[in-house]
Amino acid sequence: MIFIGERINTGFKDIKQGVTDKDPAPLVHWATKQAEAGAGFLDVNLGAVSADPADMCWMIETVQGAVETPICIDTNKPTILAEAIKVTRPGMLINSTTAAPEKLDVMMPIAAEHGACIIGLVMDESGTPKSVDKRVENAGMIVAKAMECGMEPDRVFLDPIVMPLKYMQDQCKMILEAVRQFQLFSDPPPNTVCGLSNISNGTTQKSLIDRTFLVMAINNGMSSAICDVMDTELVNAALTAELMMDKQIYADAYVRK
Amino acid sequence: MEVVDTKEKWTNRIRTVTIGATAEEGGTRANSVTVGGETTLPLLTFEGEIPHRPVIAGQIADVVPDGWPQILKEAVGDVINSPAEWAQKLVEEDHVDLISLKLIGADPAGAARSSAEAAETVKAVLDAVKVPLIFWGCDDEETDNALLLECSAAARGERCLIGSATETNYRTLGAIGTADKHKVIAEAPVDINIGKQVNILLQDAGFSLDDVVMCQTTAALGYGFDYVYTIFERVRIAGLKGDELMALPQIANVGWEVWKVKEALQDDDILPGWGKLEDRGPLWETTTATGYLQAGADILTLAHPRSIAAVRQAIDDLMAS
Repeated sequence: MIFIGERINTGFKDIKQGVTDKDPAPLVHWATKQAEAGAGFLDVNLGAVSADPADMCWMIETVQGAVETPICIDTNKPTILAEAIKVTRPGMLINSTTAAPEKLDVMMPIAAEHGACIIGLVMDESGTPKSVDKRVENAGMIVAKAMECGMEPDRVFLDPIVMPLKYMQDQCKMILEAVRQFQLFSDPPPNTVCGLSNISNGTTQKSLIDRTFLVMAINNGMSSAICDVMDTELVNAALTAELMMDKQIYADAYVRK
Repeated sequence: MEVVDTKEKWTNRIRTVTIGATAEEGGTRANSVTVGGETTLPLLTFEGEIPHRPVIAGQIADVVPDGWPQILKEAVGDVINSPAEWAQKLVEEDHVDLISLKLIGADPAGAARSSAEAAETVKAVLDAVKVPLIFWGCDDEETDNALLLECSAAARGERCLIGSATETNYRTLGAIGTADKHKVIAEAPVDINIGKQVNILLQDAGFSLDDVVMCQTTAALGYGFDYVYTIFERVRIAGLKGDELMALPQIANVGWEVWKVKEALQDDDILPGWGKLEDRGPLWETTTATGYLQAGADILTLAHPRSIAAVRQAIDDLMAS
């Protein structure tokens, strides 16, 4: 399981303050904590705090100064991405493209050129699909574009777009089915990822719902999640699910403490 | 018709471990030996990278091993009584890449030599040859804790490979490896789950897995070889698929284990129709070693000069393509 640490995001007050004041302390704190907890990537998201690429570059350089963990550059603005990727160490993940041609045609060549992996949200210009078939169709467009750019399919992290359980209860099983069908695109299959906390949005049992969904998603082939890597119950449930799917070799000390 | 490309594409690389420190690196070795770094299964040079070829460590001991057959003792020669000269012969005549010294002399049920004497032997071997050194305890855990500590200090800075850390003594081995800048062998009793467990324990104790070589406990051909072969394979596949805890180089201690089984000990007077031991013994060692070579061994220990020559030839042939 590739855990992508979600915490360096200006949606959190301390990070927002840090970016505004150019105070590295909160970014360094969460970079270190998440790296120690076993994050495979650290998501860095400037959000709506600023539209200046220099601010995104400052965030990435601050995180890279603290830890070796690769960066997940979280922006939907190609102008910010173009600058940010120049200061990011190799092995980065781009978050994200969609299947909409005007987006895909810009973002995928950037990923290919920099040897990056890229998250592909399976939505297009008509919005977020509600059916399994449309999700799979959009995913196919993304994987095909990647291969056209000379990338291996597993450099794409397909995101089926997780909807809140509370508000769109019928979507959950369709998302899981889409993940299962993504596995059939190639061997080895593309990676799959989700913004996990979306599933528990608005609920009173966030941790339980996140954990249960992730275990079910792993059963269908989910290989990665943007999540709270500090939630050891979540991480250990995922590691246990991977043992049951024979993805990892068992050892008595496999759980994180 | 187009031929379908069936090459596997692995996502991960096996860690590299460098044994032996040169003068610039704070030791006295003429060269170091690096193992690991593969991005594909053993010997599949067409499929991925194998930056470091498998290496051979010549097997020696601080006292003449009990039970070794006459044909092996004769092949080693008189130097069998002097670990330093024995090591020299293996380097000069048999061109081994490293020396693997088993400190059985400290065994309380055997010669019961002191840790200080063992440390003297380690120093003597390091003085006599300039290739990197692997040394192992006597397999009595209580004795080994003191023995390895003293030998490690005697070889400080030489970046030796020390055997071996287990589920019970990993803290000691990790600590001496860190203190004296050595590499450590993580050993499991033919059990892949314990193999992974020892690695986790070493890592949790603060010892970097970049400094560890795995040992699955080596079985001679006919004595559980197939179990160990399968573990070697599963460890390597897990490592290549991205399990960082299993992406480690592996050692097969063939030279120490083969010369305990009847096929390598008894001549055709006891085993009629089995052929002369003079040929059969080295053949048993060679066959066991080439099996592990194909399973994923990065380091093979070997005792008989003929086995060393034959296995080197096999490595040359298999890596040539």
